[in-house]
Formats: sequence, structure tokens, C-alpha cells
Amino acid sequence: MHDDHHDHEPAGKRDHDAPLTDYQRMEIAVRELLIEKGVVTADEIRRTVEAMDARSPAIGARVVAHAWTDPAFKARLLANGTAACEELGVEMGPTKLVVVENTADTHNMIVCTLCSCYPRMLLGLPPDWYKGRAYRARAVREPRRVLKEFGFNIPDNFNLRVHDSTAEMRYMVLPARPAGTDGWSEERLAAIVTRDCMIGVAVPKVQ
Amino acid sequence: MSARFKTGDRVFVRQAEPIGHVRTPYYIRGKTGSIERLCGEFPNPEELAFGRSGLPRLPMYRVRFLQTEIWPDYRGRASDSVDVEIYEHWLESSKQG
Repeated sequence: MHDDHHDHEPAGKRDHDAPLTDYQRMEIAVRELLIEKGVVTADEIRRTVEAMDARSPAIGARVVAHAWTDPAFKARLLANGTAACEELGVEMGPTKLVVVENTADTHNMIVCTLCSCYPRMLLGLPPDWYKGRAYRARAVREPRRVLKEFGFNIPDNFNLRVHDSTAEMRYMVLPARPAGTDGWSEERLAAIVTRDCMIGVAVPKVQ
Repeated sequence: MSARFKTGDRVFVRQAEPIGHVRTPYYIRGKTGSIERLCGEFPNPEELAFGRSGLPRLPMYRVRFLQTEIWPDYRGRASDSVDVEIYEHWLESSKQG
């Protein structure tokens, strides 16, 4: 588009059109104070943000694929999610993980109605819809309709278990291994395990 | 502090509205469910929020509620459920059902 008639605006002005929210101001103030008082350094904060951004659902998918191919590992994962993930070299920090298993007659889905608790060590940052009020309110009120809107028609004869992460635990869904994947390598299996499958608003599909 | 409830026990969530940082969602207060598991013992978040120690630690449970118990007009299977993490001081023993 060629529209050279309006006045030139300073570079970047339109890219930063939203004023800071109160929470953003507060975060900046607290961060600057912590640095000023030597509690943390700017580089430590940067490194933590960088590490957080580097986590992705590929970590969770690797755990799921391993559980699908190693029944003993799957049993350990269901008994103690944190310890089993650490076995695979996943850095879990203080996260207490509960893994819930989808079976032939039970489907699980995860929500945090109070805020946005999420298994970040395995899935990275949560999607915006997971933090939104609509999903948080409706996931516990009319979960079957929510799943339908995500394009997943849960069979009528399935039990639907919703897990509300209200306190200390974090949850991850272990999807059921789909038919038609016999003999697949863990890498190939991991590729069909998406973020939404591990939140429980979708199931893995074989292309 | 030893845990007062065990897996399978029927429990009732106190109907209370204290001010402050409370991790028991409103939709579950006054409802009856059963203990799914004891998650461990943790500092009380209602105290931690005020910069206090939160000690002694409180047993914290996952409690399973039937959707039809929470929402009388729930549309779905009768066995559909919601699991919620609840600290012990919010739970009372339930004799019913």
C-alpha cells in the first residue's frame, strides 16, 4: 500500500500503542528494586526468562512417547510424575507433577480455575485461551461442550474427568496411544503428541 | 500433623467466605466429594499470602466431586467428575452417601 501523504510518525510509535497496565508497572518496580538491592541481577532474570521461553511441549511429548513404549516407565510416571520425568533428564524444579491417563473409557482434561497453573516444565508457557476466563469457567461447568468447540467429540460412554489445579500439584494428561502406530520409533510417536493432547482438549491423531 | 482423611473418605467442603488469598474455589464450597489421594503436607497459602510462615504444614488432598453434585443441571454422564486440591482445614467428615 502506498500512502505517503500522512505525516511520518516516529519509528516504532504505533508498535507500542498500549499503555502499561498496573501489573506491568508493578512488575517493573519490583524487578528494579530487586536488582538495585542486589537480590538478583539483571542477567539472572534474563537467563530465567530465556530458559522459560525455551521450554516447549516437545518435552512433554518425549515423556509421553517414552511411556507408550516402556510399560515399566509408564507405571512409574503414573505413580510419581516428577521422579519419572527427572529420570528422563527433564528439569522439574519444585514442580509436583500428577500424570492422569486416558484409557478406553476415560478422558482427562486440565484447567486452573483460580489462575493459570500449568505444567510449564513440560509444556512451556500456557496458551492464551488456557489463561482466559471463558475456558477457566466453562471447563468445570460444561466441559463436554468445551471439548466439542475444540473439535473433539468425546464419546457419550466415556467418563470425563476434569482436573482443577488449585494448589500445589501440576497435571499432565497421558493420552492413549492411537491405533496404527505399532512399531513406531519414540521420535515418530512424539511428533503426534501435541500440546493440546497433554492439556486434554484433543487426542493424538495418526495422519 | 497427621492426615485426618484417607482415600475414599467422603468429605464436605466448608461453606465459608474468608477474606484474603484462598485456594478453595467458590464453586466447590458446600459440596460433598470423596478423597482421591493425599497429595502431601504444605504450608497454608492463606498465611503465606501475608508473608507469614504458613506453618504447621497442612495435609492437602485431591477431592473428587461428581459434576451432578456440583451442578444440578449438569449435562453429561453421571460419572463425570472434577478433581480439586483442597487443604485439610476446609474439609469436614461427611456421613451422608
